[in-house]
Order: sequence, then C-alpha cells, then structure tokens
Amino acid sequence: MPETLTKFIFGRLTLESLPLHEPIVVGTFIVVALGGLAVLAAITYFKLWGYLWREWFTSVDHKKIGVMYMVLGLVMLLRGFSDAIMMRLQQAIAFNGSEGYLNAHHYDQIFTAHGVIMIFFVAMPFVTGLMNFVVPLQIGARDVSFPFLNNFSFWMTVGGAILVMASLFVGEFARTGWLAYPPLSGINYSPDVGVDYYIWALQVAGVGTTLSGINLICTIIKMRAPGMTMMRMPVFTWTSLCTNVLIVASFPVLTAVLTLLALDRYVGTNFFTNDFGGNPMMYVNLIWIWGHPEVYILILPLFGVFSEVTSTFSGKRLFGYTSMVYATVVITILSYLVWLHHFFTMGSGASVNSFFGITTMIISIPTGAKMFNWLFTMYRGRIRFELPMMWTVAFMLTFVVGGMTGVLLAVPPADFVLHNSLFLIAHFHNVIIGGVLFGLFAGIAYWWPKAFGFRLDPFWGKVSFWCWVLGFWFAFMPLYILGLMGVTRRMRVFDDPSLQIWFVIAAFGAVLIACGIAAFLVQIFVSIRKRAELVDVTGDPWDGRTLEWSTSSPPPAYNFAFTPIIRDNDAWWDMKKAGYRRPLSGFKPIHMPKNTGTGVVLAVFSVALGFGLIWYMWWLAALSFVCLIATAIGHTFNYHRDFDIPAAEVAQTEEVRTALLAAQGARA
Amino acid sequence: MKRSGALLLLPLAVLLSGCDFVVLSPAGDVAAQQRDLLVVSTLLMLLIIVPVMALTVLFAWRYRQSSTTATYTPDWDHSTKLELVIWAAPLLVIICLGALTWLGTHLLDPYRRIDRIEPGQPVTQNHKPLRVEVVALDWKWLFIYPDYGIASVNELAAPVNQPIDFRITSSTVMNSFYIPALAGQIYAMPAMETKLHAVVNRPGTYIGFSANYSGAGFSGMHFAFHGLSDQAFADWVAQAKSAQGTLSRETYLELERPSENEPVRHYASVDADLFGAILNLCVEPGKMCMNEMMSIDAKGGLGLAGVRNTLPLQYDKVARRGAVFGSDPSYVASICTAEEAAAASRAARNDDDKDWPLRDLSPLRGVGLLAPGTGSRRADAETPSLGLLRFEL
Repeated sequence: MPETLTKFIFGRLTLESLPLHEPIVVGTFIVVALGGLAVLAAITYFKLWGYLWREWFTSVDHKKIGVMYMVLGLVMLLRGFSDAIMMRLQQAIAFNGSEGYLNAHHYDQIFTAHGVIMIFFVAMPFVTGLMNFVVPLQIGARDVSFPFLNNFSFWMTVGGAILVMASLFVGEFARTGWLAYPPLSGINYSPDVGVDYYIWALQVAGVGTTLSGINLICTIIKMRAPGMTMMRMPVFTWTSLCTNVLIVASFPVLTAVLTLLALDRYVGTNFFTNDFGGNPMMYVNLIWIWGHPEVYILILPLFGVFSEVTSTFSGKRLFGYTSMVYATVVITILSYLVWLHHFFTMGSGASVNSFFGITTMIISIPTGAKMFNWLFTMYRGRIRFELPMMWTVAFMLTFVVGGMTGVLLAVPPADFVLHNSLFLIAHFHNVIIGGVLFGLFAGIAYWWPKAFGFRLDPFWGKVSFWCWVLGFWFAFMPLYILGLMGVTRRMRVFDDPSLQIWFVIAAFGAVLIACGIAAFLVQIFVSIRKRAELVDVTGDPWDGRTLEWSTSSPPPAYNFAFTPIIRDNDAWWDMKKAGYRRPLSGFKPIHMPKNTGTGVVLAVFSVALGFGLIWYMWWLAALSFVCLIATAIGHTFNYHRDFDIPAAEVAQTEEVRTALLAAQGARA
Repeated sequence: MKRSGALLLLPLAVLLSGCDFVVLSPAGDVAAQQRDLLVVSTLLMLLIIVPVMALTVLFAWRYRQSSTTATYTPDWDHSTKLELVIWAAPLLVIICLGALTWLGTHLLDPYRRIDRIEPGQPVTQNHKPLRVEVVALDWKWLFIYPDYGIASVNELAAPVNQPIDFRITSSTVMNSFYIPALAGQIYAMPAMETKLHAVVNRPGTYIGFSANYSGAGFSGMHFAFHGLSDQAFADWVAQAKSAQGTLSRETYLELERPSENEPVRHYASVDADLFGAILNLCVEPGKMCMNEMMSIDAKGGLGLAGVRNTLPLQYDKVARRGAVFGSDPSYVASICTAEEAAAASRAARNDDDKDWPLRDLSPLRGVGLLAPGTGSRRADAETPSLGLLRFEL
C-alpha cells in the first residue's frame, strides 16, 4: 500500500531520478543552489521582495517587462553557454581512445539543451524583450495593446525556462537533438522524462510567445501616434511587425506538432511511430514549417536594430527606406516556402529539392538588398564608431560569410555532402551569433541609456566586443574546415587524431567568447557603479532619429505626456529640425493599466501542470489544470484594471525633467 | 607588412596541408561532381560577397567622423539607379545559381542511376551494378549483398569503377548513410527505403558513418569502405563466404539489439527475404508486414474485425512500447503463413520496378478476424482483383 501511495503521489519520480551519480551535475547543483540562496538571502536582507513584486513581477509596464525579458535572456545565456563550452572541451579532448569527461548520457543532453536553451530561452527572450521595450516608444504609444497579456506572456516564458532548468537537477533532459525527431523522441526509444521536459517546457513557453506576438501586432497596427502611416514607421517597428506576424503564423504549428508527439507518448496514438502506419517524416516537415520561420523571427528584429543604428550613427537618413520595408516583407513571406531545405537528404525528388533550394536562394536577394542599403546609408555619412556601430560593422563583415555558406547549403547536391556536418554548425552559428547576437549587443548598447538613464561603459564594451568577434572567428572557422573534412555533428569521441588541433582552436575560441560574456557582465557592473559619470539627462544621447529619443531616460510610466504628431519617418529628427519645444503646461490626467499578479499565478500553475505531466503525477496535473482555468476565469471578473495618473503628478514629473534639462543646458 | 602577413599565414598553411579535405577531394565521381558544384557556387557568390566586404571596410573608414575630406549628405536617402543595381546584382547571381541548382539537383539526384563512371567514360551494358542493401542498426551498419548472398557488419567493399546501387533502410530510428569519399548522404529511415547510386574510382579505404544523431552509441557508428580492384573484391567476397555465420531472421534479431562499437563481422549466407522483412518491420515471426498492411488498407481495410487482429508484444527491442494511457503494447498479427509471406517477398524482390504483386487475400485467417462467410465484408466480397498495385515505400 505505501508503495502504491508513493507512486500515486510522486508518479515516476524517485530518489534515483536525481542525478546524484553525475559528479558534474551535483557540482553544478551545489554552485547554483548556493548562488541562488545567496541571491534570495540578499533580496530578503535588503527587504526587496515587496519592491520586486510591486514594481517588477506584477508590472504591466512594457518597459519593465522588456527589461525582465532581457534579464531572463542573459541568465539563460549563461546556462546555454556553459553547455557550449562543455561540448567544446569534450570534443577537444576525446581523441586517441580517450572518452573525454562526459558519458553519452550526459553529453547527448548537453547538446540538446544547448540548442533548445539558446533558441527558445536566450534568443527569443532577448528579441521579445527588445521589441517590448522599444516598439511602443517608437510608435508614440503609452503601452502595448494588452498590458496584462504582456505580463502573462513573460511569465509563461519564464515558466518554460524553469522547467528546462529543473530538468538539470530533477531527472534528465531530452537526448534527441534540439528538434527531437521521432522515432528517437518517441516513447519506444526515449522512455524517460527527458523528452517530456522538452515538450512541456516548449508548450508552456510557446503560449507566452504566441500571445506576445498577437499583442505586439495589435499594438503596431492600432496604437501608432497620429500621422504615423505604415510607411512612416521606423524600420525596427516594421521588422518587429513582420516578426510577430511570423510568430503568430508559425508557433501554432509548433504547438500542434508537439501536441501530436505528446499524444504519441502519453496515450499511444501513432502519428510519428514506425509501426501502425505512423510517419516520422511528417514530424520533420511540420517542425521545420515552424522552424524555418523561427530563424527569421530571430533575425528580422535585429535587421531593424542595424537599420536604426546605421542611420543614427552615420547621421543620415536610412538609404532606401521603401526597399528596406519591401525586403522585410518579402523575406517574411518567403520564409514559409523554404522549410524543406533542412532535409534535402530525406530523399524527396529532384524537382522538390530544387524548388526549395531555389526559393531559399531567392531570400538572399532581399537580404542582399538590405546589406547594400546599410552600406549606402554609411556612404557619405559621418560615422561615429560608438559601440552599437562597431557591432554593426562586425555584423556586416561576419554575416555575409554566413549568408554565403547558407546559400551554398541551399544547393541540394552541395547539401548532400555538407548536411549535418560541422560546416552546417559553423554556418548557423555564423548567422545566429554574427547576426542575432551581434545585433542584440548593438541594441543593448544603443537602448541601454534610454532604459536606465546612463550609458554603458565603453571600455568594457570594447573588450567584450573584441573578445566576442575574435572568439567567434576562432570558434567557428575551424568548424567550417572540419565540415569540409567530412566531420559530422553531435559526435562525442573521435578516431582521427589529425582533427584534434581544429577542435582545440575552436575550444580556444569558446574561451575567448567566455571572456566576452564576462566582459559584458563587468561592463554592466562598472556602468552601474559609474552611473553618475555616464549619466544622460537629455534622453537623446546618440542624437537619435526616432520617437523613443524624444522622451526622458528612463521614460516616465506613461512614456509621453502628450501624444506626438508624426510628419516624417524619422519623426524625432524631423521634430528637432523643426525646432520642437517640449510643452511645459496643460497636462491632463493619463489613463493607465493597473498592475496584477495574475500572470505570475497562472505561470506557476502552468509549471506545476507541466511538472505533473512530466512525472506522471496525475493528481498534480489535474489540480493545477483546474486552478489554472479557475484563475483565468476569475481574472475576467477583475474590474480594477486601470487608473488615472493625476495631471498634477504628470506635471510634477515633467517639471523634474525640465529642471534637469535646464541644469544640463546651464552646464553646457 | 606584407611579409609578416605571409609569415602569420604560414602556420595556417602548414595546418591545412596536413588535413584530408575529403569533401574537396573525394574518390568517387558523384562526390566529385558535388564538390564541383560546391566550388562553382562559392565562386559565383564571392562575386557579390567580396565587393560587399570591401565596400563595408572602405565606407567605414572613408566616412568616419574624424575624416575632414569626406562628403556628408545627411538627407540623401534615395537613388533609383543605385536601388536597381542593389536588387539586380544579387538577382543575376541567383538566376545563374538557380539554373545551376536545377541542373545539378536533377543530374545528381541520388535516386537516379549514374550514367558515367568518370568524366568521359559512360556507363555501358557491361557495367552490371553491384547491389547493396544497407540497414542502419543501433549502433552499427549491416550490409547485405543480395547478388552474392553474403552480409557484413561495419564493413563495406565495392570494386572500383563499377556502379553501386544502394537500397537503404533503418531498423529503429533515423540515421544518415554517408561515405564522404564516395557520394553525398541520404537518410536511412525505419519502414522506408531510400536509394543511392554511386561509383568509386580510386582504390583505397575510406570512412563511412551515420550523419544523423541516433542515440547513445552514435559516435561509434562508423565503418570502413574499401574501394577494391576486381580481383581484390573477389577475394573479399570469398573471404566473407568462408565466414561461419548465417544471417537468418533469428540471428538478425540478436544482431539488431542495441550495441556499440561493434567489430567487423561477415556472414557467409543471408536469408534472401531479410531486407524486405526489415524494411516492412516484420522480421519477428507472426508480425504483419507493412506492405501487406498497406495493401489491405488500400483495398478498403479489414473493417472492425481488423482492429482486433493484434497480438501482445513480447519482444522488446529497446526499452518499451506503448504509452501510459494507451492500449497494451501489441503488434498487428500477420494473416498469412511465413511461407506465403516469403513467397510474396521473393516475388517483390525480383521485380525491379517495385510493382508488388498482390496476393488473393480471401479467405482471411487471422487471430481476431471473423471466419470467412460469417458476415465479414471482406470475406463476402468478390475475390479482389489481382491487378498490380504500385507502392511507394
């Protein structure tokens, strides 16, 4: 009886599920636990819980949610990068009969977790965070369309991240590769909890991503300031719009395909099994119908960042705004017509393969046009090489190489010899690091002063920049070479000793990148310490061109005391040239949304639901599902959702800014 | 400056010269053509990439803020001519590359029989292709030579300058069959057959492996591919013939169980229907083959009676089958005897066009099926036509 009871309560969770036999995991757990305890203790000691809960966790302010997304991305970057450097080390030493230091069970989880974390819990939160923070400011709005939904989306993303992190210490993560192809990910070949962690982490986070996509589309379509026609929107807003259209159209496919996989695993359906008429090829198609748009979801907003940065730091209007917009839209549409290029080697006919190969190549035309547009924005400009611009130039020089190898992989016969090789790995890191990550660093350096009112320290920024750029080239050029030597991905041990030197060089590159990450953290720390020195009271430290630079840094909760009127696509530049003066009187009360803790509560129940399903604790799953639905319904009866900031308070906030600006003017 | 640059490149050159760029200097004609396409595409793209990189550096330097001589036009943001060039230049490159892709993809389609041994030497009647059936197992490779009745584990041999026809499948999960020196890869998938046509031109020993992660033993899942002279190949076959083992269905089921870093092993004889049975997931006696099931389904299925035509699963290949809420692990039982199935499979094997002859399926005798004449709609129906039904497996 007690055994039945234990089984009922804990499902398949037993003491053996804890990876106590893996010293590396235990060590990590101790470090994480101690670090986590220290943070919790510090928060308690400084009595910050109330502040965090009221001002951040329950906040519906798009700026604060944006910042929280960035923090999530940064924390998960550390985890994802730990996985990366462990892989690099393993591959650098597993030669000449050495098994390295990781067994297959551990190594296979690491490369799966690395991919999943970097895409879903690093790149996605960073990109979403940036869009969340910037878009409403750029279109002259006071918040997003659905502020509560925004908070809820964020916490669902955190929920997914928590499930992935839990898998490190309770049970195991999937050992399938980041897309979990069946039949390997089916119940027959992966009977453990790893794939279930994968499924429910992505399902929980996927709800957040989809809702946030809907939210931002509505915001951009409905909440632009008067005069901002579609063709006067800043390019970053345009690329955000396209990205969110992609999210809304493609994430449901991911949700559906993971649901089918879950049905196969839980109730014995046969969508993707070998037997009983299942078809694993269908999974591969479906997951890439989501997966290819996903890479454009990641890169498009950063194309927007580069456009803003190039134009601002060249002191020039963006060259070819119209063709830039059309290029973005064309990429958005075409990104749905190329998914099959991820598996030319599945044996589709030559005509099918060439169709998808050629559509892939066609995407390089608008992308090339964008590249030229940035070039000609620099042409006859007056380029200030501040950090964001340095990242942009590094991006232009790095990304074209990745673009070239990408088109190469789109030629099916060439793909037959390079598919799944380290050449492929080098290619997609070339575009994701060289494009997405460099863009994120450019964006962070660019908008940091807007978010916090002081700049980032340029010295440590440059250290981080050079470590990252050199580290990237050292880490991934050897992988291109190894790919041409026919070395395939996801290998744990090697036989051919002549390969080792390249893996050692790649590991050195990874160490340089580690220094880059460390320097970035130091940069943030130093900048906070020196915030008085680095302060910017103007709200416009870069001589910016778009609306976010017209308000104070950090912007007030209501963003704009008066909704601006737009006459040109570089709205703030146009206002500055026209001799715009801040209105100093006539403030009205501002209608704003109220904070709510429902998002946190819903996410907690979702995590519990996921955890219950993963471990077969059916009582927990059922209970948390009921609570989840009840809370969601209960929230619809919450009528205290808004309030007015009194005119006096607005006036006071604006007066402080006027005084600061005056003091600044007097100093200058 | 130049000299020091060259000196800096020296260690790199030394490093590179020590490498075996097998993808760039393969031993087989198909891989060589794929390499050619790779090189030509790269050169074509460099036409755009190099100027872009050069212009980036040039503009970044020329228009830096501290430059006093550079022109500054803050409001210049449009030039129709320039935009035409911007869109047309990549377009032209992609048109060339697209044409090349269309041709190359069709010419180098792995399903297409090769038409030349090497440049200038077309395939003639005298070139009888060597047939090899490839099975990806957890975690080793099985090669069956139907023409010689032999099989080998983790070792593949082929005579030089003779076309090779591979039929590829997998026993459990997805793998990718790849010998970089010979030809591009193609997936090996359970219950599905893929094909690859290739030829090796230079004698030698090359490495082959799975290029798609397939589980714990994946790293050790490689094999030696020997390109041999005709005489040496005959010797290799003779050597395999002199091996002791026989690859029957029973020994295959033993072999199929997961194992890592398997040594090379030969089998002097092979069950002639084994590959078909592996492909159709019916090596286990009494299990219905996929092609049988598809044929029955194509003719309307067995109705409700067929639902009960399952047997409880006893043999567990890896871990377990079935899910927490699903029915008990089971498989669809065969509705014909092993001899009948073998005959059908033999008939299929001899048919190059994959036209699988259908057997008369009535009366049906199955575990869960109604007896003929007791109301089953299949049994009541007219004898199904014995026409040929085409399958794409």
